[in-house]
Amino acid sequence: MQKIARTLAAAALFAGSAASVQAADGRDYISIVGSSTVYPFSTAVAEQFGKTTKFKTPKIESTGTGGGFKLFCAGAGVDTPDIANASRAIKKSEIETCAKNGVTQIVEIKVGYDGIVLANSKKAEQMQLSRKDIFLALAKEVPSPEGGDQLVANPYKTWKDVNPTLPAEKIEVLGPPPTSGTRDAFVEMVMDHGCEEFAAIKALKSTDEKKFKAVCQTVREDGAYIEAGENDNLIVQKLEANPKSLGIFGFSFLDQNADKIQGSAIDGKAPDFEAIAEGKYPVSRPLFIYVKKDHVGKIPGIAEFLAEFTSDRAWGEQGYLAEKGLIPMPKDEQKAVAADAKALKALSGKE
Amino acid sequence: MSEARPMSTMARVNVGLAARYRKERRFKFFGLAAIVASLMFLALLLASITAKGYTAFRQTEILLDIHLDPAVLDVNNLATANYAALVRDSVQTLFPRVENRQDKRIVAKLASTGAAYQVQDMVMNKPELIGSVKSVWVLADDEVDMFIKGHIPRNVPESERRISDQQAAWIDQLTAAGRLQLAFNTTFFQAGDSREPELAGIRGAAMGSFFTLVVTLVLSFPIGVAAAVYLEEFAPKNRWTDLIEVNINNLAAIPSIVFGLLGLAVFLNFMNLPRSASLVGGLVLTLMTLPTIIIASRASLKSVPPSIREAALGVGASQVQTIVHHVLPLAMPGMMTGAIIGMARALGETAPLLMIGMVAFIVDVPHGFSDPATVLPVQIYLWADSPERAFVERTSAAIMVLLLLLLAMNAAAVFLRNKFERRW
Repeated sequence: MQKIARTLAAAALFAGSAASVQAADGRDYISIVGSSTVYPFSTAVAEQFGKTTKFKTPKIESTGTGGGFKLFCAGAGVDTPDIANASRAIKKSEIETCAKNGVTQIVEIKVGYDGIVLANSKKAEQMQLSRKDIFLALAKEVPSPEGGDQLVANPYKTWKDVNPTLPAEKIEVLGPPPTSGTRDAFVEMVMDHGCEEFAAIKALKSTDEKKFKAVCQTVREDGAYIEAGENDNLIVQKLEANPKSLGIFGFSFLDQNADKIQGSAIDGKAPDFEAIAEGKYPVSRPLFIYVKKDHVGKIPGIAEFLAEFTSDRAWGEQGYLAEKGLIPMPKDEQKAVAADAKALKALSGKE
Repeated sequence: MSEARPMSTMARVNVGLAARYRKERRFKFFGLAAIVASLMFLALLLASITAKGYTAFRQTEILLDIHLDPAVLDVNNLATANYAALVRDSVQTLFPRVENRQDKRIVAKLASTGAAYQVQDMVMNKPELIGSVKSVWVLADDEVDMFIKGHIPRNVPESERRISDQQAAWIDQLTAAGRLQLAFNTTFFQAGDSREPELAGIRGAAMGSFFTLVVTLVLSFPIGVAAAVYLEEFAPKNRWTDLIEVNINNLAAIPSIVFGLLGLAVFLNFMNLPRSASLVGGLVLTLMTLPTIIIASRASLKSVPPSIREAALGVGASQVQTIVHHVLPLAMPGMMTGAIIGMARALGETAPLLMIGMVAFIVDVPHGFSDPATVLPVQIYLWADSPERAFVERTSAAIMVLLLLLLAMNAAAVFLRNKFERRW
């Protein structure tokens, strides 16, 4: 018994020391962290890259955009990630954190667009919404329906209350929790816009921006908006089970489940591939990857990985990323971004 | 009135008897109802997972006649030849009437992108095949697979499904020619993760789970047993040991994510161990399973009767000899049961691994303790979040595999207990 215990302990120590030796002399694969929205796209590129080149397949963690930048900016050494996926542009505060920790040269690459859709089951009618309707239906406080500039707790119970042309169904929207990047983008692109249709609130923007944000971006908590977690597949299943509710999620899930759910038209535009690509559908956001310039050359394959990501067979209109639901940028923009990526043009630091 | 004339004891018993029997029947009924209800939920869970997942164990394949063209395959440079083109051409020859360029592209997509790697493996293993025409079953695209399995319905308008009428007609044509079959899905058990559902497998995650559990077992079992033996047999009973005991019991109930945070701070940031490695995962899970093992080991040490110790000491054995020769062997079955239950819990854990970077897309199957790895439950979580419909059945299939492993571990615990446990 003692002998066994001794052998086991020795084996454990040995395994431990072997691993720390490995850690010291660096990685031979690319390490990527960040947004769960960009995850399906960068994983597709990583896999293709691993299979068609002599390099190892990159490792990609799905940590969320904010969590990704935290890891990315933690230091400049090779034990930190090389690339961060982001479903929004990097914030000034994050650039500062990066710079403080020695990461001064960051290359920003815009890879395409992602649409955010409001969808319901095919068993119900397609909704025709404006951003103002959505704001009135989902905000915690809205301008009083009796008129005047007074803000009151959201009194609307049905879509018909919000806008007489809409059906008399109870407002019930399933969406992501506040920690999600999809939620941030939705609030910014839909609620803020809907909010600005009211002159009194719009005036706030210049006088008291904090108040403006609080009014426009606070979602009601009385049960009309249901936080359904980060799993978009789950929301799709719930919509199918309950045709009266709507759900908020990324376009690729609508694309994959077009036999079960339909996207609501927002400001008269239904969310389809063409409308989003042409920028006519109002709720779409750019997706980015950020690269540590100093790591190019230290970690093998980064330049080649970027070349694969920005190649036509990946992000082109007929590329495999489009098949996964990424909305490509216009050709000219792609060319410019690809050239910048090749030259590893770092962020100037202003923004 | 009964108060006036006192009843005999028997009479009093008889009055209440019917009610007491009823009470007993009710009590039994509630117990039985609770068990039936929990069994029903279990059956429901298993049935829904199996119903969704069993189709994933079979995968659609297409029979292609591939011309291994010597013009494309240069014997000296087989690794970089254009195998995708060979596959594309051979799919397209099945449909000679399709001429339009756009349609040809769509036809070529009936076969999986993985087909090219299949052909590559075949040619590299047997270069003498070059020049011949070889009939091989290659993987079909995941959407063809979903269509064949009925997960993409035919009876909805064309715009609402991922397979167009034209593609459906081609697939029917292949089926009629006997060129489509459902075969056992070996890829699922041999491959690592992939973004193409038909190429995705659980091997990588299973190996990651294996390495992680080895580290956990190798560390937590000796440490846990040693701690239990010391606390139970040697430590004096005082306020300090009481404090330690309370703390161990407390640790057993701490949410596992806390151990992940601890692991991030200590193993990654302080000790600089590699991120996403199963070694670190094992260390974190060791922290998590230690209390479970210590508590189980102490309980089984306690259950060894004092007479054994006294007899050994009586014939002149030292305390160490008593423990090593007599007490430990008798307590071992209970300790192992505790360890296996702890391991089973560690196998199903995801939350602490998120913090140390094991929730990640990893294609290469790990070969050692410091390779980047993920584990089975994490793989399930990642697949459940993927938009492609073919991942739905793969998620359920992976859950089935995980449940089977858990069942095997728990069965082993029961077996060990029944086989070696001694009752006094």
